[in-house]
Amino acid sequence: MQATETHVTPAEKFANVCAILEKHGRHPAKLIPILQAVQEEYGYLPEEVLTFVAVALDVPAARVFGVATFYAHFALEPRGKYVVRLCNGTACHVKKSIPILDALYRKLGISEKKPKHELITIEIVACLGACGLAPVMVINEDVYGQMTPDRAVKLIDEILEKEAALV
Amino acid sequence: MSKATTVTKKGDGKGPVAAGKRRVIICAGTGCVSNGALKVYDAFMREMKENVLDFDVILKPESDNLHLSKSGCQGFCQMGPLVTILPDEIFYTKVTPNDVAEIVQKTLLKGEVVEWLLYNDPNTKQFCKGTHDIPFYQRQMRYVLKECGLIDPEDINEYISHRGYEGAKKAFLSMSAEDICKEILASGLRGRGGGGFPTGRKWDAARVQPGAKKYVICNGDEGDPGAFMDRSVMEGNPHSVIEGLMIAARAIGADEAYIYVRAEYPLAVKRMYKAVADAEAAGILGDNVFGTGQKMKCVVMEGAGAFVCGEETALIASIEGMRGMPVPKPPFPAQSGLWGKPTVINNVETLAQVPRILLDGADEYRKIGTATSPGTKTFALTGHVVNTGLIEVPFGTTLGEIVMNIGGGVTDDQGKITKDVFKAVQIGGPSGGCLTPDMLDLPLDFDSLRSVGAMVGSGGLVVMNQKTCMVSVARFFMEFTQRESCGKCVLCREGTKQLLSLLDDVIEGRATLETLSLMEQLGRAVQKGSLCGLGKTAPNPVLSTLKYFRHEYESHVIDKYCPTGRCKALAKPMINATKCKGCTLCVTVCPVGAITGGKKLPHKINQEVCIKCGACAAKCKFNAIEGV
Repeated sequence: MQATETHVTPAEKFANVCAILEKHGRHPAKLIPILQAVQEEYGYLPEEVLTFVAVALDVPAARVFGVATFYAHFALEPRGKYVVRLCNGTACHVKKSIPILDALYRKLGISEKKPKHELITIEIVACLGACGLAPVMVINEDVYGQMTPDRAVKLIDEILEKEAALV
Repeated sequence: MSKATTVTKKGDGKGPVAAGKRRVIICAGTGCVSNGALKVYDAFMREMKENVLDFDVILKPESDNLHLSKSGCQGFCQMGPLVTILPDEIFYTKVTPNDVAEIVQKTLLKGEVVEWLLYNDPNTKQFCKGTHDIPFYQRQMRYVLKECGLIDPEDINEYISHRGYEGAKKAFLSMSAEDICKEILASGLRGRGGGGFPTGRKWDAARVQPGAKKYVICNGDEGDPGAFMDRSVMEGNPHSVIEGLMIAARAIGADEAYIYVRAEYPLAVKRMYKAVADAEAAGILGDNVFGTGQKMKCVVMEGAGAFVCGEETALIASIEGMRGMPVPKPPFPAQSGLWGKPTVINNVETLAQVPRILLDGADEYRKIGTATSPGTKTFALTGHVVNTGLIEVPFGTTLGEIVMNIGGGVTDDQGKITKDVFKAVQIGGPSGGCLTPDMLDLPLDFDSLRSVGAMVGSGGLVVMNQKTCMVSVARFFMEFTQRESCGKCVLCREGTKQLLSLLDDVIEGRATLETLSLMEQLGRAVQKGSLCGLGKTAPNPVLSTLKYFRHEYESHVIDKYCPTGRCKALAKPMINATKCKGCTLCVTVCPVGAITGGKKLPHKINQEVCIKCGACAAKCKFNAIEGV
């Protein structure tokens, strides 16, 4: 495995990253759109890709890492196949989004301190702008409004069932 | 020139919105889509196609007689999916795909109304046929949102047929840069992003700067939790934003525009991209704007999730590919902004007002709103009110009108309209403050809100009922600003953190009265010692709740008791002996056996044993258990 890797140059290994860099003219000002595209490709921002991007753009790696850690959208660790984003904006908060979060954590046997679940990643976001439907939850791209802890758990059950059927 | 003329001609009454044609509009804003609007749309398509066989071509969706379209947010998100039928002006709410067949058969074919799909006013119990019968819409004044919910946001020709791009045309063909600035200044338009700075003055400051290269930026990074006005405008009428930007560019002599959209709004991002591409294809944007030979380039950029990027200089840093951290002003962006060039940054809603001001004139605009805050303002009305959604009212509309009439009254936790449960309205998000029931007559405008220690902010109005703990609300906002502080200024970075831990002391019963005065002192220090709007306003929710709900803080601190029972550590569940019927249901659900009492006798909770789980209160049919 290691032997084969030594023959691959970084440019070959990250051919798709190179394509993204080309598309943005290798311009350091385009760092944020570049990282967004990289995240789209990998699902997160792998450390070696960030270093590669820094070299390719001829900027210090610290700047790339600085930007990647500054913005909430960038994930430095792999996420689950399903990203559940629970809105905790003001409207969702006063309409009780936290009990939903607790129910989700309980269901998946995870907690804020130990949030790892291989299939499902739970994220809390500030506001999804669908306050009329508070509380709101988004699973990947699908928006679910007027949530309750029971409905949230049911949606998770559906995902788990669907995935169990795939195996 | 020729290209632009064709476009305008195409819109001259030839668009599907033209009068006399049947039109089915399905709201396709984020709210309605999540309630299944697209499935309803598909069902309409299916039903219409099926009926073509039986009923000839009348129902063919693409025919001239009937047009099925998606619209932007119509504001009444909670009642979605919304279906409007024009020109009958029938407004159906909560439509499911199963209802579509009935709508097609009854309304479209026979002209009858399907009554049970109409909105039922919970106050009068009356069915409302159209939006004009519904108090939620009746009392609004839709200016920026006029076309949202009517035109198809993905069709440039529909925008053009509604006087679209005529304001920009006027600006490019018959007005000088100075004239435009003067007109906007005369209209009294103030920035809708929060500060309320006169837009005309901002433009003029950039206009007089020397140099050939200037930029205009549309700030669509609407980060305030509880606000979604900009999202709705970008989704519902993206071309109005582009037109506003073009006019701003013309006014200062810029040829490049950026639209910075929050990435949490995927639909808004998609529609802005499409609107820019369509405007380019139509020759409205590009190398030869309206045949004048002037260039106008427009770039859409997605934000990456940082609240501080709503601040002008931080937003510029973000476009330049840096961490979004603000820099001291002056120099103001109008002097030295993006890449060091003069730059004007305007909020989405501000820009969307501009085309109509140019078309109708400043005097006409000044007729709306108040003398110092002309025009209308959109608010995101949410929380414990009957009608939640996006509303637009003239500046100067009273708080009571919005909450009681448009909002339809305050509700309890179960969503029922209840008298005397109105506790507060939080306005302006994490930068704003609280308004109390004795301010129901307060006219909402920039200056009157500032006089009571709140601000318009971006326009989130969150109504809260008596069961909401104001200390928790303050903590909620403090947690938000503490997380979103970029970390540049020590007082903002560390001060918000300390304020948060002081609030935790209050909530968890460790605080003394000194904690409260320390919070006030620290709050004022953070306001003074921070560079940008985030830090300057971050303590507002705490200071404002301390001012108007001090008794609630004191009860947490002195009595170690949270009156709403929301703060678990300070909750003291008690059984109201006059309400308790002695049904013993709570005794059976209590997981720790803390409740005692015989049949038909008032029960008691043993505070030593109680774990404050609230199971009893959830089960009690007589609402006899209080304080949890």
